Amino acid sequence: MDRDQIYAKVTEVLVEALGVDEDEVSPSATLTGDLGAESIDFLDIVFRLEKTFGIKIDQGELFPDNVAQNPDYVENGKVTDKGIAELKTKLPHADFSRLEADPAVENVGEIFTVEAIVKFVQKKLG
Amino acid sequence: MRWSWIDIITQVERGKSLVAVKNVSMAEDVLHDHFPAQVGPGGESLDPAPVMPASLLIEGMAQTAGLLVGYTGDFEEKVILGKIVKATFEREVTPGQTVRFEAHLERMDPSGANTTGTITVLDHKTGERHHVANVELIFSHIDQNMAGTEFPEENFVFTDNFRSLLRAAGMI
Repeated sequence: MDRDQIYAKVTEVLVEALGVDEDEVSPSATLTGDLGAESIDFLDIVFRLEKTFGIKIDQGELFPDNVAQNPDYVENGKVTDKGIAELKTKLPHADFSRLEADPAVENVGEIFTVEAIVKFVQKKLG
Repeated sequence: MRWSWIDIITQVERGKSLVAVKNVSMAEDVLHDHFPAQVGPGGESLDPAPVMPASLLIEGMAQTAGLLVGYTGDFEEKVILGKIVKATFEREVTPGQTVRFEAHLERMDPSGANTTGTITVLDHKTGERHHVANVELIFSHIDQNMAGTEFPEENFVFTDNFRSLLRAAGMI
């Protein structure tokens, strides 16, 4: 499956899971900020990706668990440099540009773009 | 009032499916408000039209599927309905009918589960069974998903309300 095919299927997943229009989905769209995803939607998206692509996604593999509550990652409402470095190691598919520009903890969701999911699936499919 | 929208568990297979049944009764207050007698467009009085609210049929499916998820995990997790993924209805349910909720576990992991389900109704006037709805749900194991939020130690989801149903079905 090539990148465009994966992108098309990821778009279908997001349209179904988030109730958004297809034209709202773009590679740089963020799941929470642009597409309105809430925490339970991440579980829904993981389930749908597994079914659509026939892959197994472990808990925390695509989306990290509870970053905001992790004192190793967050200090005074901001994700620390160490936190960002560790998240990058755990989530190489994610896009950290916006979080690095403003590391406020509420911006963690910004690392999950549509392109990040496509990259993740690409890697999982080998 | 007990927030119990299923009357009995009739079949269960751990990790796969659970079937529950509810008899819809005129004694349920909600049916008198949904819908009461009204005045028609020409001023004529229209009889009450009691219909089981679709939202409560979804709740019945959530209880059916939630018990399946809980049972599959030995009731160790607090299983909370997280999302109604899809619910499509094609028929109304009225008093005197028997509703059958059949839930299937599609996937379960430490963070939660998703289920599919079918609601059918037995019409005692004709003896026929009809399809009512399909309902897809997502459940969250809240202790796994809301770290930092403190919840009571005891499992407040599977309380006495459900335990009598589970005991009657031999599930606990």
